[in-house]
Amino acid sequence: MADLKKKRMLTDKIFKVIFLIFISLGLVVLAALIYDIVSKGMVMLDWEFFTRFDSRFPEKAGIKAGLFGTIYVIGLMIPITFFVGTATAIYLEEYAPKNKLTDLIKLNIANLAGIPSIIYGMLGLGVFVRYLNMGRSVLAGALTLSLLVLPVVIVSAQEALKSVPDSLRNASYALGANHWHTVYKVVLPSALPSILTGFILAISRAIGETAPLIMMGALTFVMFTPQGIMDSFTVIPIQIFNWTSLPKVEFELVAASGSLLLLILLFILNGLATFIRYKYSRK
Amino acid sequence: MSNQKVLEIKNVDFFYDDFQALENITMDVEKNKVTALIGPSGCGKSTFLRTINRMNDLIEGARLEGDILFDGESIYQENVDVVNLRKRIGMVFQQPNPFPKSIFENVAYGPKIHGVTDKAELEEIVVESLKGAALYDEVKDRLDTSALSLSGGQQQRLCIARALAVKPEVLLMDEPASALDPVATAKIEDLIEELKDNYSIVIVTHSMQQAARVSDLTGFFLMGELVEYDKTNKIFENPADQRTEDYITGRFG
Ligand SMILES: Nc1ncnc2c1ncn2[C@@H]1O[C@H](COP(=O)(O)OP(=O)(O)OP(=O)(O)O)[C@@H](O)[C@H]1O
Ligand SMILES: [Mg+2]
Repeated sequence: MADLKKKRMLTDKIFKVIFLIFISLGLVVLAALIYDIVSKGMVMLDWEFFTRFDSRFPEKAGIKAGLFGTIYVIGLMIPITFFVGTATAIYLEEYAPKNKLTDLIKLNIANLAGIPSIIYGMLGLGVFVRYLNMGRSVLAGALTLSLLVLPVVIVSAQEALKSVPDSLRNASYALGANHWHTVYKVVLPSALPSILTGFILAISRAIGETAPLIMMGALTFVMFTPQGIMDSFTVIPIQIFNWTSLPKVEFELVAASGSLLLLILLFILNGLATFIRYKYSRK
Repeated sequence: MSNQKVLEIKNVDFFYDDFQALENITMDVEKNKVTALIGPSGCGKSTFLRTINRMNDLIEGARLEGDILFDGESIYQENVDVVNLRKRIGMVFQQPNPFPKSIFENVAYGPKIHGVTDKAELEEIVVESLKGAALYDEVKDRLDTSALSLSGGQQQRLCIARALAVKPEVLLMDEPASALDPVATAKIEDLIEELKDNYSIVIVTHSMQQAARVSDLTGFFLMGELVEYDKTNKIFENPADQRTEDYITGRFG
C-alpha cells in the first residue's frame, strides 16, 4: 500500500517537472520574441509612423495605409460575421430539425474551421474579386476574411448556445413564451458573453491574417487610404510582410514597429475578451 | 359550488416513444384546492404534471392519448393556443430556475411577453407578485440586483412570483421544496396555504408529511398508474388500496 502510494507520488512529481519544463520553454520563447519586437520596434516608432504612407526609404516609411486598410476591412467584417455567424448558430441549435442532415451540416462547418487560410484567399479571388466583379476591394477583402472566420464564429456560438441550460428554456415556455421570445429574450442574452468572447478571438485571428488577402490580391505598396468599400487597400500584416522582404536592413526595424502595433491591437482585443468573460462569469 | 372541477383528466395514456409512462389516468382537480401527487421515483408524477400545461409537447417522441379538460374545454384539440394555455396554467419546477437577469426582470418577463409595456403597471404587477410569493420584504431594496444572488429558497419563491405575475388560474408545482432546507420549505408550505384562496394548486412531492400538511386531496401514483385518489386524510388514515397503505407506511418506495 505504502509502496504504491510512494510510486504514485513519484510519478506525480516527475510529470509535474516535465510539464513545468515545457511551459517555461514556451514562455521563454514568447518572452524572447516579444522582447525582440519591442526593442527593435521602439527604434523607429513615433507619431509620424502612423501618419505617413509607405516609402522606399525606411526612415520615411509609415503604416498609415495598412492601419486604415485594417480598420476598414475589419470594421466591415465585424457586422457581417457577427450577424451571419450568430444567426447560423441560432438556426442550427434552436430551430433546425434534429436529423442526419443537420448533423452533417454541423460536422462540415466544424471541418471548415480547419482549412488552411490560403484556400479561402483563392475562394475570395475566384468568387468575390473575379466572378462577382468586386475587384481587389475592401469589400472583397472583408468578405474573404468573413468566410475564413465564420466557421470558428459559428462553432463557438453554437457551444455558447448549447451551454444555456434547458431549465431556462422550460421556465420561459412555462410562462407562455413562444419559441422566438424564448430564444431572443432568454437564450441569447445568457449566451451572449460567451458568443462575444469567441467572436472577439476570431476577429483577432483575422487581423493577423496575411496569406488569404495577398492571395485575393490586396496591394502591398499603397500611397492612399481607402475612401469607400470599393477601393483597393492593404493591411498591417501585409505591410510588415512586405518590409521584411526588402533588401535594406533598416526595413527590419520598420517591420518591427508594424509588428509591435499589431501585437498591441491583439493584446487589446484579447484583454477585452478576457474582461467580458470575467465580468459575466462572476455572476 | 364548493367542489367545482377545474381540470378533468380523462383516460390519459402517455408515451415516450415506445415507453408507456402513464396508464389510463382519470381524475378531477378541484378549484381552489391543493391536490398533492405522491409516489415512488419514476412513477410518472412529473410526466403527469407536464401533460396539464402541455410542456411534454417539447419532448421529441412524446405522445398522449385520452383527453384533459380545463374549465370544461379540451386542451388537446388542434386549435388550442398553447401560449394562452400556459399563461393560464403556471408551473414551478423542482430546481429553482431564475433567469440570469435582475429580480425585477425575472418577475416582469411573463407580463412583458404578454404585452404589458406600461412601466407603472409592470411595477405594480412585480410588487404584487413578490408580495404574493412572500418575498417582497426580503428583496424590496434590491430589485435591480441579479436573481442569482438570492438564496435557493428565495430563488424558488422568486420563481413562484414569476409564475404568479402572469395571473394563472392553476399552479403546477413539481417538488418545489426538494432543494430547500426545512426553514425555506416551511415558508413555501405557508405560502401554498395562502395561495389556495386564489389558485388551484397541483403539487408533486416526495415527502408524505408535506402532502399531509398542505393538501386537501392526494393522489398516489405507482408505475404510471393512479392507484388511489381521495381526500388527503382519507388517504393517510384509511387508504382503500393495500399498495397505498404499504407506501405511506413506508413498507416500500
Ligand atoms: N424525456 C423523457 N424521455 C423518456 N423517458 C422519460 C422522460 N422523462 C421521464 N421518462 C421516464 O418516464 C418515467 C416517469 O418519469 P417521471 O419523471 O415522470 O417520474 P417522477 O414520478 O416524476 O419521478 P421523480 O419522483 O424521480 O421525479 C420514468 O421511467 C422515466 O424514466
Ligand atoms: Mg419528477
